[in-house]
Amino acid sequence: MKVLVAAKRVIDFNVKPRVRMDGSGVDLANVKMSMNPFDEIAVEEAIRLKEKGSATEIVAVSIGPAKAQETLRTALAMGADRAILVQTEDEVEPLAVAKILAKVAEEEQPGLFILGKQAIDDDSNQVGQMLAALLGWPQGTFASKVEPQGDKVAVTREVDGGLETVKLATPAVVTTDLRLNEPRYASLPNIMKAKSKPLAIKSPGDFGVDVAPRLEVLKVTEPAKRQAGDKVGSVDELVAKLKTLGVVA
Amino acid sequence: MKTLVLVEHDGAQIKDATLAAVTAASKLGEVHLLIAGKGVDGVAAAATKIAGVGKVHVADAAFLEHQLAEDVAPLAAGLMADHDAFLAPATTFGKNIAPRVAALLDVMQISEILSVESDGTFTRPIYAGNAIATVRSKDAKKIITVRGTAFEKASRDGGSGSVEKVDAGSHDGKAEFVSAEISRSERPELTSAKIIVSGGRAFGSSEQFHSLLDPLADKLGAAVGASRAAVDAGYAPNDYQVGQTGKIVAPELYIAIGISGAIQHLAGMKDAKTIVAINKDEDAPIFQIADVGLVGDLFKIVPELTGKL
Repeated sequence: MKVLVAAKRVIDFNVKPRVRMDGSGVDLANVKMSMNPFDEIAVEEAIRLKEKGSATEIVAVSIGPAKAQETLRTALAMGADRAILVQTEDEVEPLAVAKILAKVAEEEQPGLFILGKQAIDDDSNQVGQMLAALLGWPQGTFASKVEPQGDKVAVTREVDGGLETVKLATPAVVTTDLRLNEPRYASLPNIMKAKSKPLAIKSPGDFGVDVAPRLEVLKVTEPAKRQAGDKVGSVDELVAKLKTLGVVA
Repeated sequence: MKTLVLVEHDGAQIKDATLAAVTAASKLGEVHLLIAGKGVDGVAAAATKIAGVGKVHVADAAFLEHQLAEDVAPLAAGLMADHDAFLAPATTFGKNIAPRVAALLDVMQISEILSVESDGTFTRPIYAGNAIATVRSKDAKKIITVRGTAFEKASRDGGSGSVEKVDAGSHDGKAEFVSAEISRSERPELTSAKIIVSGGRAFGSSEQFHSLLDPLADKLGAAVGASRAAVDAGYAPNDYQVGQTGKIVAPELYIAIGISGAIQHLAGMKDAKTIVAINKDEDAPIFQIADVGLVGDLFKIVPELTGKL
């Protein structure tokens, strides 16, 4: 079974985003960028499936600027076999991303398409579900366990009330949640090896997908800031303070 | 504008998150509901009483018992022929289904709206809530998920909606429900609790997490939450997690204990009315947003606090 994984280049999760003063967006100049953490989990899961003998080939796909090649090299260094960059300097919305990925899936015919449940920049949480709808495939979103069983895959999902398990006919879409696995670090020899793995570069036009945005961003602002309050010196003072604030009886 | 709100329910009760979505929908126009499920007459009757609700579309079929996205999305997409906006709560239930509806209709979804500025303009958080984007949708139909803490809950009484049975369609069959492990608790639900006590990795073990936090929560009638670190370490189950990718909460009082305050955690709780932080590290970032802070050893402070409240 071939497995496709999607990887987005985003602001590193340790960096505090700064909103531009003119309200045009978040300042990404000279900011550390990394692979979206949920996508790292997707890459790791694909590698584990290959190590267990369920997956035969792993293809990593990214849609983004030329620099997203670095993101794909990371996926290759972790263990993906080859990569496809659909290169565009434009911001591509989840719907258009899903349309491009659907075309890639039609060409590649994977048994599983694993994606992060959301990207930590736009926090949309849409692409996996949209991709499944466009392909007419079943979906296992927010996965904390993925177990291939013949031509099916059992997916345990993290839902608000606890856990839910569904069984999907393959091909299927899986989106990853935090507890699915802990992604490995690429070793130096593997980073070197990744440099010679195949990385194809395409454009949205190659897939006939219109990436014109449907949402117009009118402005981006900073949320209201909370002020730090007072520190108290003891539990008694804390209890007194809570009573003054009227939050406990 | 005619709106269709997807009702989140467990076969018996309508979840609070639905009521916030109804309020958001009422800012756009007429509010109709969609209930999918098996044996949902009771849910439908309760839904007609929600204030401001018109038609309640009910699809009742055995295969809809677990409301799989593969079955519910085409149903909703079909009903959108007669509606202008589809709204779902931004819960794992709504997030699973809404984008699938959006793709079927070739619409770009607007996720987790915080406000309705006009018919086509909304605000939504990005970058873990470190920025708020105001976006205008150019699509003819709007597909929206609604952040529950950003809107008042519509009243469960006073409505006079009418039930309209709709064709449930047929079972997609590519996905089957296998099992669910749903946490049962006597405590309030995290997302609608007035008080939350939340613990981090500093608790050191699942036993200590529960033996210290549970009595405090019981004393306060509070829900128990956790940071990602505490969930990853196995101290608390996944449904306790508060944060960017966990639950978004806005209680009257949030007591963060042994939680340093990573931006991903703050994203889930910084709209609480009052935040109390207890941490042994006086430089922990959580103190920068806390209304009241107490520096010290949680193993001493928590039992003392439980005793003195």
